[in-house]
Amino acid sequence: MSNETTAKTPAPQGGRAGMKKELSEEFKAYKHVWVFVELERGQVHPVSWELMGEGRKLADKLGVELAGVIIGAPGEASKMAAAECFAFGADVAYVAQHEALAEYRNDPFTRVFTDLVKTYKPEILLLGATTLGRDLAGSVATTLLTGLTADSTELAVDADGSLAATRPTFGGSLLCTIYTLNYRPQMATVRPRVMAMPERREGRIGRVVEVVPNLVESDIVTKVLSFLPDRESSKSNLAYADIVVAGGIGLQSAENFQLVKALAEVLGGEYGCSRPVVQKGWVPVDRQIGQTGKTIRPKLYIAAGISGAIQHRVGVEGADLILAINTDKNAPIFDFAHVGVVGDATRILPTLTRAFRARLSVNRLAS
Amino acid sequence: MHIVVCLKQVPDSAQIRVHPVTNTIMRQGVPTIINPYDLFALEQALQLRDQHGGEVTVLTMGPPMAEDSLRKALTFGADRAVLLTDRFFAGSDTLATSFALASAIQKISETWSAPDIVFTGKQTIDGDTAQVGPGVARRLELNQLTYVARISGIDFAERSVTVERRAEGGVQTLKTSLPCLVTMLEGTNTIRRGTMHDALRAARATVVKWSAAEAGIKDLTKCGLKGSPTVVKRVFAPTPRSERAQIVDLTGKSNEEMGEALMAEIFARSPSLESALEKMAAGY
Ligand SMILES: Cc1cc2nc3c(=O)[nH]c(=O)nc-3n(C[C@H](O)[C@H](O)[C@H](O)COP(=O)(O)OP(=O)(O)OC[C@H]3O[C@@H](n4cnc5c(N)ncnc54)[C@H](O)[C@@H]3O)c2cc1C
Repeated sequence: MSNETTAKTPAPQGGRAGMKKELSEEFKAYKHVWVFVELERGQVHPVSWELMGEGRKLADKLGVELAGVIIGAPGEASKMAAAECFAFGADVAYVAQHEALAEYRNDPFTRVFTDLVKTYKPEILLLGATTLGRDLAGSVATTLLTGLTADSTELAVDADGSLAATRPTFGGSLLCTIYTLNYRPQMATVRPRVMAMPERREGRIGRVVEVVPNLVESDIVTKVLSFLPDRESSKSNLAYADIVVAGGIGLQSAENFQLVKALAEVLGGEYGCSRPVVQKGWVPVDRQIGQTGKTIRPKLYIAAGISGAIQHRVGVEGADLILAINTDKNAPIFDFAHVGVVGDATRILPTLTRAFRARLSVNRLAS
Repeated sequence: MHIVVCLKQVPDSAQIRVHPVTNTIMRQGVPTIINPYDLFALEQALQLRDQHGGEVTVLTMGPPMAEDSLRKALTFGADRAVLLTDRFFAGSDTLATSFALASAIQKISETWSAPDIVFTGKQTIDGDTAQVGPGVARRLELNQLTYVARISGIDFAERSVTVERRAEGGVQTLKTSLPCLVTMLEGTNTIRRGTMHDALRAARATVVKWSAAEAGIKDLTKCGLKGSPTVVKRVFAPTPRSERAQIVDLTGKSNEEMGEALMAEIFARSPSLESALEKMAAGY
């Protein structure tokens, strides 16, 4: 077991909600907001820029700097990522480059990241709640013995400068606000698409801090033998699609679900579904939308035969326009959709598909 | 080989009760199940034992009633069950939980044998954090393999393990050495029903119960609320949206008119969508 020698002030018992911030001298030195920039195979995951937008707001409120942390192999990709950090609002980019960091592995990434934190002492650390981000965040928080709030849906700085991270609890039926009062850094993860993409401003510059990690490949036990990218055809761009058409149990059968796919296809969008549809085996799990599936932020979301349970709602609330089709005029989905149709989805979906197809092909002829 | 599977007993329904003072969730009176994600880990562990021989120990931290989940795991075929239960663990966040579980696994190693693999589920359905697995791995310095879709091979001579891991945009094949900690992806298998023999054995088996002290924990400030850096300050219901959906009346319309009317409604509310679609249709 790793030795934990750092002495910590014990938390008072009970009544924790009323607990006050009492930072040790050591932790008072922690300043600035950091965003982990998830760079994999030459690409930055967009969630990193979504977090950069949030990080900017927190840093401005605190009057501190915003930094991006790039961990990767030496080369162009890391340099480009640093430039992108500035375009999305960072003041500083920490760039740790080493051959051993070419592909994500928990051990070297955790070591490099925790060393950076111990050296430069950020007060807030944000990571995307991707498979990579969650794998890394848990290890980093445990190594640093600090608090980590997973899947935050709202980040704010309160009056005494603490990070207030709000997340759904109990399957989304309630929200809770979590603080890491007396430890630093305060860590949080956020799922892709939960935060809006900030505006990218070309030409902004910042300070690059290059770090040479002390790694030796032969010391790293875990090896990546291969990476098999998902087949293009099975890859869904659901989270980032501009138009999403989704179906629920109200469609009644896997055959009827084809109506959802047909409309999505005509609109050049992606299709999705509610959780029970996955459980019934009509649609694969990567198409599930909601608290335990994908979060979406499309320009248009069409929900057919979906009741609008809170666990589904939290995944779609960021949509600009929600159209709901449901036979039950009291279905909860009408509480948060913008436009509603009370009717049979198996009848209405094909009429929409036909209308769009006609309209869009007429246009093609005209142009 | 010795495998430890960490399980959690979770509330079955989304019935909510929150303690007014500590703002922690009250679990009394709510029906409970084994966290469904953990069953994928348990089944994988049982399959490895069936192939390679050895023992599966299931471990949980929780109130005395969490024994039910452990008994259930024994009926599925686990060989031994350990319940870590003590009021000092109440209110643990993920950091404190990983400390307690890691301490118990240490004690399991001393009492029986050191595990070759520790399994956990991908995450729980009540907390949803996916942090406890990595936390335990770090504290015990086990090689960490999260979101594992398949264990492709174990070589005992070499003490190595190869797995397929769900990564962003693809599948990573990783090779590491034992001991390691694996968090299993959902949908990778189906939990067995267990044999009559297992059921009889489970009924007679004693679940080992350890307090914090019995698990060898000396520093109680690392447990429960005291050992939890996170503080839940507020629990509240989401605010409802002020406006309900505007219902488009389609009565008396033909199928064709219906589609036209809805499309018009969408375009009226989102003109940018209309131009984007037109561009797409024109092949830009
Ligand atoms: C911990 C937890 C996590 C969860 N995570 C998710 C998640 O990520 N995503 C998710 O979606 N769910 C999730 N759920 C499940 C969620 O609570 C709901 O059960 C689920 O969203 C309901 O799916 P549904 O709307 O398809 O089905 P139902 O609730 O059964 O609704 C079907 C709807 O279809 C309507 N209908 C019936 N016939 C027709 C017709 N012919 N035309 C039009 N409408 C019709 C009905 O009026 C009804 O409103 C989760 C639950 C829990 C406890």
